[in-house]
Amino acid sequence: MAKSNDQKVLSTLWSAGCGSHGGCGCEIFVKNGKVTKVEGDCNHPWNQGRLCAKGLAIREYIYHPDRVLYPLKRVGKRGEGKWERITWDEAYDTIEKKLKDIREKHGAESVIFCQGTGRDIGGPITFLMYAYGSPNWVQVGLAGHACYTPRLGAMFATHGNYTVADCSQFLEKRYNSKEWTPPKYIIIWAQNPAAGCHDGFYGHWIIDCMKRGSKLITIDPRSTWFSTRSEVHLQNRPGTDGAIALGMLNVIINEGIYDKKFVEKWCYGFSELKKRVQEYSPEKVEKISGVPANLLRKAARLYAKNKPSAIQWGEPVDAMPAGSVVAQAITQLWSITGNIDVPGGNVIAKNSHGVTTYPFSSAELTDLYGADLVKRLNEKRIGANDYPMIKNFRGWVQPDVLIKQMETGKPYPVKAAWIQTSNILGGQAADPKRHYEAMKKLDFIVAVDLFQNPTTMALADIFLPAATIAEKESFRTWWQPLGVSVKAIKGLGAVKSDWEINLEMAKRLSTTPIKYKNVREVIDERLSAGKTNFEKLKAKGCWEFPPKNDPSRPYYRYERGLLRKDGKPGFDTPTGKVELYATKYKEWGLDPLPYYEEPKESPVATKNLAKEYPLILTTGRRSPVFFHSEHRMIPWLRELDPVPVAEINDEVAESLGIKNGDWVYVENTHGKIKMKAKASPICPPEVVSVPHGWWLPETDGTAPNLFSTWDHNVNNLTSMGNQGKSGFGGTNYRSGLCRVYKVEGGKE
Amino acid sequence: MAKNGLLIQYDWCTGCHACEVACKQEHNFPVGMCGIKVNELVSKAPDKVYVDYTVAVTRFCDLCAERVKGKDVPACVKHCQATCIKYGPLAALVKEQEKQPRTSLFAPK
Repeated sequence: MAKSNDQKVLSTLWSAGCGSHGGCGCEIFVKNGKVTKVEGDCNHPWNQGRLCAKGLAIREYIYHPDRVLYPLKRVGKRGEGKWERITWDEAYDTIEKKLKDIREKHGAESVIFCQGTGRDIGGPITFLMYAYGSPNWVQVGLAGHACYTPRLGAMFATHGNYTVADCSQFLEKRYNSKEWTPPKYIIIWAQNPAAGCHDGFYGHWIIDCMKRGSKLITIDPRSTWFSTRSEVHLQNRPGTDGAIALGMLNVIINEGIYDKKFVEKWCYGFSELKKRVQEYSPEKVEKISGVPANLLRKAARLYAKNKPSAIQWGEPVDAMPAGSVVAQAITQLWSITGNIDVPGGNVIAKNSHGVTTYPFSSAELTDLYGADLVKRLNEKRIGANDYPMIKNFRGWVQPDVLIKQMETGKPYPVKAAWIQTSNILGGQAADPKRHYEAMKKLDFIVAVDLFQNPTTMALADIFLPAATIAEKESFRTWWQPLGVSVKAIKGLGAVKSDWEINLEMAKRLSTTPIKYKNVREVIDERLSAGKTNFEKLKAKGCWEFPPKNDPSRPYYRYERGLLRKDGKPGFDTPTGKVELYATKYKEWGLDPLPYYEEPKESPVATKNLAKEYPLILTTGRRSPVFFHSEHRMIPWLRELDPVPVAEINDEVAESLGIKNGDWVYVENTHGKIKMKAKASPICPPEVVSVPHGWWLPETDGTAPNLFSTWDHNVNNLTSMGNQGKSGFGGTNYRSGLCRVYKVEGGKE
Repeated sequence: MAKNGLLIQYDWCTGCHACEVACKQEHNFPVGMCGIKVNELVSKAPDKVYVDYTVAVTRFCDLCAERVKGKDVPACVKHCQATCIKYGPLAALVKEQEKQPRTSLFAPK
């Protein structure tokens, strides 16, 4: 129990420990150099004192006996689990020599820099990658790059900026801000906001809005706490969200309930869109999605007629057969209803003070590293030349192209991997066995992490121990406010922060001199764009909103000339308008208008297969106490979600002889995994819902078991190579076919 | 002195489990023991499936006796992400309950 005389350090959470996309202000209590407690900071506008289960368990994360605290080198074969403690100097010397040799022989592009989504990783990993000279920044195995990037790309193409549901998060006084009004309706589209802070959005802001009058429309195949409290629940067949969006556009346009003034003045391509959506009558959408036409009409009318209203969407949108197309159709909903950059609508989200901590787009990379470098590196970036949207929108590698290239060595071989914040085999990658086989053959692999996991055990040659949030300095914008993370305690053992490791490594590997003496200099230089620095922000309680009239402050910026570089009113698109007919998509060789694409594998597309595998597998159900594949070793959290659970409709379960709590196999053409069955009407009859990222840290970590990842990781049932035409989306994370049957004897 | 308790507006409980971990951290409770517990309640009604959460306060709740000596509220009250737990004198909470639908009251031993 923390006593009042403990030292209290204010900080901003952004992993590691809490997992998640972070943003919460916290109080870290310290006594004799040890963290005694972590609580929410009541003065921080983001979370207003609250903290999630993961944040509250950070102490168990920091002091966990399994944490790796010293650099390690592998001394046995890969996967044997034989490690030897080494010094940072030895680790750095080894890495420097290996990576320099590889660069000399095969070129810098033969080294891939792999991240997941935790910690403040986007900044340091691009810093190191560019210093080394590689263009290959990747979330390995993230099929169709189905995590926010398709949605970001669609928004970028449609209105030149990104938007998020407006829950007053861009205003210092939050719900008491005079200029803010709660959304009349919030559409919760394919997400369980209560389970975390997806895409930098604190999920419980929705509840705050509900208490202030916001009503709900939920689009989700499952019944949830939110659908229970919704005026309308569109319970669609998994994978058909594109049809839902097009059907809603059809209703809103044909009934003339869109914002005519806004469309006339600020939108481009309305007549083309109008023509296109005629193909998607509510009756046709009913046939595709299973959602009754009248319910779809009701949802569309409620959303369009009650202004302002907002849409909060989730990752399944990205994983649709044409993720960037489904996302485009949804952006058009808030566009034609004039719900863009208005209070209580979908507000344009810009990084606070214009400070970039985690570069999302090619434009931001260019600002940080220069046009020449980004352009030159683009030439060899894996997948960039196959997909113009990948090449021009964001600096990532296309993961489905990467796996092929790792296997074939064409057009050039991949020789080494720097893996930081990423459990590729245990959670991130689709078809992890395929990635295991391919990556095992790489010459050299470094992993930077806090715990051993299936990936580090299977693949790493050198393990570098990273710091938790309490042990490091960092800075954050995503989106606002501008914040800093303050070091509360000396790092345990020899751990270093990701920024420290990457700066030190960059100094050894860079082909041009690195001017920064230490991490603080990097942070202060980047914060200077916001006319502040680390100490100033720290003194203010770790956060600050942008000054008045800063382009990163809402609202109506398209009227005030705050969105375009030329300072003219309008949107930052080629036509200066919201492009319902996306000229960027056209330029990228894509259909400029949205359309529906059926999942490759479904009861409709593959009828014969559906006879053998009659249920629809939808994966990635979020747990409120875990972040992706993290936290399974944290006792306080694991207690709350002890085993991997497949949800299956209660009546279907009964017909299959499956009882609540039985161990079952979930099987498809790719393989099978073991899950504990939860027979519940939460799932509609045709759907099986399975969480992702399960491995058992308490079991044998060596190969072949690798912490039981092959038994419980649902990604063993997913595959690569299904990407959409844009290179984005088209995975089978959310909609594939499967069957479920009892494990003999009901034992694990 | 008036006796204090907790008013739980469980209709707002989203099942995020923050209260449970806040409680565990505050009291250093081991696995298997907690002052508060969230349970999922699924109802199959004729019109639709309802997903709710109920909150039980256990025998181990001491209303964070140490914490509340200062200005702090109990750890679960502070961290509840749906801000649906209230701490205060039982008499006032009972009055409040008349206005609040679907609430439960916890009075300590």
